[in-house]
Amino acid sequence: MTIKLDDIYKISPHHRFQWEKAQNCYVILFPEGMVKLNGGAGEVLNLVDGKTSVANITEILVKKFPDADGIDKDIIGMVELALEKAWIEKIN
Amino acid sequence: MANQNNGVSSTTTATQPLWLLAEITYRCPLHCAFCYNPTDYDKHTQNELDTNSWLSVLNQARDLGAAQLGISGGEPLLRDDIEVIVEEAHQLGYYSNLITSGVGLTDKRIDAFKKGGLDHIQLSMHDITEEINNFITDTKTFKLKKKVAAMIKDRGYPMVLNVVIHRYNIDHIKEILEMAEALGADYVELANTQYYGWSLINRNQLMPTKEQIDHAEKITNQFRDKAGNKMKIFFVVPDYYAERPKKCMNGWGEVFMIVTANGDVLPCHSARVLPNMEFPNVKDSKIKGAWYDSPAFNKYRGDSWMKEPCKSCPEKENDLGGCRCQAFLLTGDAESADPVCSLSPNRNVIEKAVEDAQNPQLKTQPIIFRTDKNSKRINDGEEKERLAKFHALP
Repeated sequence: MTIKLDDIYKISPHHRFQWEKAQNCYVILFPEGMVKLNGGAGEVLNLVDGKTSVANITEILVKKFPDADGIDKDIIGMVELALEKAWIEKIN
Repeated sequence: MANQNNGVSSTTTATQPLWLLAEITYRCPLHCAFCYNPTDYDKHTQNELDTNSWLSVLNQARDLGAAQLGISGGEPLLRDDIEVIVEEAHQLGYYSNLITSGVGLTDKRIDAFKKGGLDHIQLSMHDITEEINNFITDTKTFKLKKKVAAMIKDRGYPMVLNVVIHRYNIDHIKEILEMAEALGADYVELANTQYYGWSLINRNQLMPTKEQIDHAEKITNQFRDKAGNKMKIFFVVPDYYAERPKKCMNGWGEVFMIVTANGDVLPCHSARVLPNMEFPNVKDSKIKGAWYDSPAFNKYRGDSWMKEPCKSCPEKENDLGGCRCQAFLLTGDAESADPVCSLSPNRNVIEKAVEDAQNPQLKTQPIIFRTDKNSKRINDGEEKERLAKFHALP
């Protein structure tokens, strides 16, 4: 699956993405499953809202984490993984 | 997991619970021969927790970190307060699942669940034939199942079908999967019977052969390749035919917590079969204390309780010695290796069970269906001989 910069994604139906205070991390919930997301993955999925493109997500996170090297590649990788797991789906 | 104090100290570094299973009633209109509920459940039908107690359980478990909630039973729809429970669960941020036979699901109730924020409904199905469905559940529920499946789909719920697999339906796997696809299922669990409770005493009648399992798995894989991602299919391998035991509940007191109809807090569905264990009850304990501090939850956390051959086994982290209940039920010693493991000195009991299930004389014994009457009879000691055949009590 190739991710393009102008792609826009949303959280898939029947899935829920939320912050878990007790776990101190973002999680994705779906029938019979729950995945705890590490810091970077959580930051990316938090911006997957059906409006923000991959390019805009990258721009926002580069501003937020200016010292992180190669962050754009990590973001694409995370979007790829989430798509493969069917946590998110493309809307445009 | 740091667990240096023989597993009973409150300094044990326990993980947080992530899943809460609320077995809110043991009453059930179905009488499935493969039910994992305890055969003595009749003892626990008189003192069900009330609505407010359940709301308190939900709040307390959510504070500890539980995010997945299963509302189960028995048949949960026999309670008229599921609507209130579902609404509270949603407000608290649970991802909630109603696990049901479908009996008692009306348009009015499913609409209320949708409005209250229930996330999904898991429906049990039994076979493609009316005959087997009605036989194994000892009810006439075949037509109702399809009607309920349509209601679930119509409300936009993800369709999760759970099919318990046994000798009577295993050769219909392909047709069962085709039926699931035609109903628009998103997830199908082909759950091979595990032998606890009612299924254990009916093991000779339920267990398929190795050839049947292998064939069913092959058909499932072929179907999966064809159906792709649209319908997710889980094939739960029966552990009697495996070389290594399952990591039961993903570890004792690691992620799962069960609260039973009468308020007992358990680390697994059948933990009450274990001897000399006192489980906390929500009527006099807080969930937090039950999870972190109760001797019962700490007893089998980590691996410090293990004996040989588990203790020095290089694979012990993978399966944590398997299932404590199965070890106890089949060997009489809860701390022995799960006899399913080929390294267990008791593996012969599994081989004997597999042999017995193919013995034409033994497999024609009558099935004992899960009914209140049978549970009472078992509590009165009437089926002692039958139970003794399956339970290696010390």
